[in-house]
Amino acid sequence: MTFSPELADIRFGCGLSPIIPSPESPGAMLDSLVSSDEMATAFPIEAFDVFRERMLIDREIIKKMKKTRGTEAFPATRKERRAHQAKARKDMIKWLGHEILRRVYTPSPMRERLVFFWGDHFTATGKRGILRRATSPYIEEAIRPNIAGRFEDLLIPAVTHPLMLNYLDQFRSVGPNSQRGVKSKGQLGLNENLAREILELHTLGVNGAYTQIDVRQLAELLTGLSYTANDGLVFRYKRAEPGAETVLGKTYGDNGRQTMDPIRAVLRDLANHPTTARHVSSKLAVHFISDTPAPDLVDQMTEAYLRTDGNLMSVYAAMLDHPTAWSTTFRNAKLPLDFVSSSCRALVVAPGIIQDMRRKDMRRIFFTPMANMGHIWQQPTGPDGLAEADTNWITPQGLAARIEWAMNIPQRLKPELPDPRVFVTEALGSFADSTVRFAAGAAENKTEAIGLVLSSPAFQYR
Amino acid sequence: MSPVISRRSFLGRSAIVGCSLAASPLITPVSFASAPWDTRLVVIILRGAMDGLDVVQPYGRPGLAGNRHTLRMGPENGAHDLDGFFALHPGLGVLMPLWSAGELAFVHATSTPYRDKRSHFDGQDILESGTDSALGIRDGWLNRMLAEVPGMNREMAYAIGSEDMLLMAGDTQVSEWAPDAGYEISPQAELLMRTLMEQDPAMAAAYADASRLNAAGMEMGAMEGGKKRASASVKIAEFAADRLRGESRIAAFSIGGWDMHAGQDRLMMRTLKRLGTVITTMKERMGPEVWGKTVIVTMTEFGRTVKENGTRGTDHGTAGAMILVGGAVSGGRVYGDWPGLTEADLYKRRDLMPTTDVRSHAAWIIQGLIGLDRNVLETVVFPGLQMTDNPGLVL
Repeated sequence: MTFSPELADIRFGCGLSPIIPSPESPGAMLDSLVSSDEMATAFPIEAFDVFRERMLIDREIIKKMKKTRGTEAFPATRKERRAHQAKARKDMIKWLGHEILRRVYTPSPMRERLVFFWGDHFTATGKRGILRRATSPYIEEAIRPNIAGRFEDLLIPAVTHPLMLNYLDQFRSVGPNSQRGVKSKGQLGLNENLAREILELHTLGVNGAYTQIDVRQLAELLTGLSYTANDGLVFRYKRAEPGAETVLGKTYGDNGRQTMDPIRAVLRDLANHPTTARHVSSKLAVHFISDTPAPDLVDQMTEAYLRTDGNLMSVYAAMLDHPTAWSTTFRNAKLPLDFVSSSCRALVVAPGIIQDMRRKDMRRIFFTPMANMGHIWQQPTGPDGLAEADTNWITPQGLAARIEWAMNIPQRLKPELPDPRVFVTEALGSFADSTVRFAAGAAENKTEAIGLVLSSPAFQYR
Repeated sequence: MSPVISRRSFLGRSAIVGCSLAASPLITPVSFASAPWDTRLVVIILRGAMDGLDVVQPYGRPGLAGNRHTLRMGPENGAHDLDGFFALHPGLGVLMPLWSAGELAFVHATSTPYRDKRSHFDGQDILESGTDSALGIRDGWLNRMLAEVPGMNREMAYAIGSEDMLLMAGDTQVSEWAPDAGYEISPQAELLMRTLMEQDPAMAAAYADASRLNAAGMEMGAMEGGKKRASASVKIAEFAADRLRGESRIAAFSIGGWDMHAGQDRLMMRTLKRLGTVITTMKERMGPEVWGKTVIVTMTEFGRTVKENGTRGTDHGTAGAMILVGGAVSGGRVYGDWPGLTEADLYKRRDLMPTTDVRSHAAWIIQGLIGLDRNVLETVVFPGLQMTDNPGLVL
């Protein structure tokens, strides 16, 4: 069980491409994570910093709507708001197109996979209004630049990001004894949501040794975190619960709560906690290698994590260094996005085909089929993100949706479909077994032949 | 065959049996004159932790009002009085005729054995597995129950929707389908596809079901061609009712959206209305005869804090409420022992105190509908459960 360029692309990348060579070594895979980010330039996604301008405009229009309510000017203002919202909806689906195109053309495909993995680990979406369109900008800003640093440098920007503060209600949580809390006479108060999910999902994991009291104390410590459309993340000390808080036996904020420092301190400690090291390592191993990873694989990754204070590059290196990383007996089902984008990579779908698609067609070709496969893109059912176990994906209805996509969509994306007997090798390399080769040649037309190759177990697993 | 290790690996056993289109029982209904029982059970998992105190409001005693500022309750705020003590949230007003007809009941202050950590995901696993800890859970209580019923066949139990339901997972074969799934391929491609899928047991099993139900779905789609697209939850309700009108006896699905940390007032109204529509759709579509033999039960992973939080919502709590509705429900009552809401009455001085185990009520419903032995219920279906005295939930 040694390194294989094809498996590197299939398991840790975005699938095989007939035009982009597979990596030559684990070292090359790791180097690619810190190489210049060509795809971000080629297929841009708006950073949240820029997206905030949309929030400001939205706020101005709402103000104008309030002012003009009942007057003749109102319908025009309302129309303006609708147009502004429609523009954001349109751009959001364009970013899905760019997310897919990055996977089709990237020479460093593991980066795309890691961005997706961490974006899912730190699942967040806006709860209402224009913020519901801000998930891609959040990932572009808080996740993408930080996937090759230390875990704490990923954790802090993610959980203190305006979108996360909105998604998990933190922006409205107020210390009951803070200036603002006292003034509200009990109208404003604490919300535990973000504190709980940081412990349960983002750091220690649900089996971590924390209690309801730790949740409560962390929630009190997090008060003050908020955001504005003007400035993004802000710390409002008037909302911060005064006094020190004890989380996992350590006290924070005993020098006052005027700044975010105690919050950064607790997040750094949580990031470097041994339970977090194991939780994060295990999640990576499950995502990339197998639903039931070898125990010594997770041990090896956890050790690397702890030895380097959560340096993710060494955790990834430890993962690629383990023999099971290159075993073909431990295989995972592709997630819906991996399936559709690796199909597009194998077909070399032209950028213009996706970039020029109308929103309605983007929905019909990508969004709705993926939803039928079980993944409603950027509309998470909870902060725990997507399920990892194959049993969640290889279901009768999920498989039916994959077959439907494989049979109907490729011809929309690639007007001149390749010869299926060539395509089977382009898509699967040495993983093209005799059964799938036979099916590719025996189908009654090209469309069904391509559909069969893409539906086959050899293509559905990685 | 190795022991079951994942929620769906059991499907591997059914592999390629009966997947030919012509043999689909949905196209050519197979007669099941000797179905082992005739009642219908529908389990709806309400994911996100429904606030039982807001749905079935104990307005008749002081306590709650002081804890909730924006979440108003009682008939003076639009809720429907049930019995002078409890009132039903206005969002479920559509069910009031069923209350009057004795077809609607509630169980209050009830919970699973899960305590303290208040994680949705562990809470749901415990709820669906019917065990008392989240460790080593491999199958769901509804599936274990099916194994105890003689004459069971796959068509009799349905897990509906595009998610994986632990509740229905296990050794016994059940059907799984989402009303939205479907594809069309040539007979030749169908043959080749089957050969391909045979290479992987999990995909082969999923494909066997997919091709069987796909054919049936194509028929259904053709019949209902011009109809306006219903919402996903209504489509699930319709699909479930159609199956139950036929030979299916058990259906399970879930409805999410109950995690109301902020702005609960608005969210609860919307979410309850959706649930009300699901229930009335099923009643209508089943017809009076089948409805008369039906119990629909909703369960949720836990309740929510007695005190409103700082953002006009509620946080994760402990005891909550179940909703029972259907022609076979002994309704017009709120079941359960009411623990009270003064601070001393609360669990950890924050949550409604659980006074009964959700599993005990579920067990009595199964006993009432299907007549399973109490010993089986306490050892196999809900291992370790000690059932209370029969509350008489089922007619």
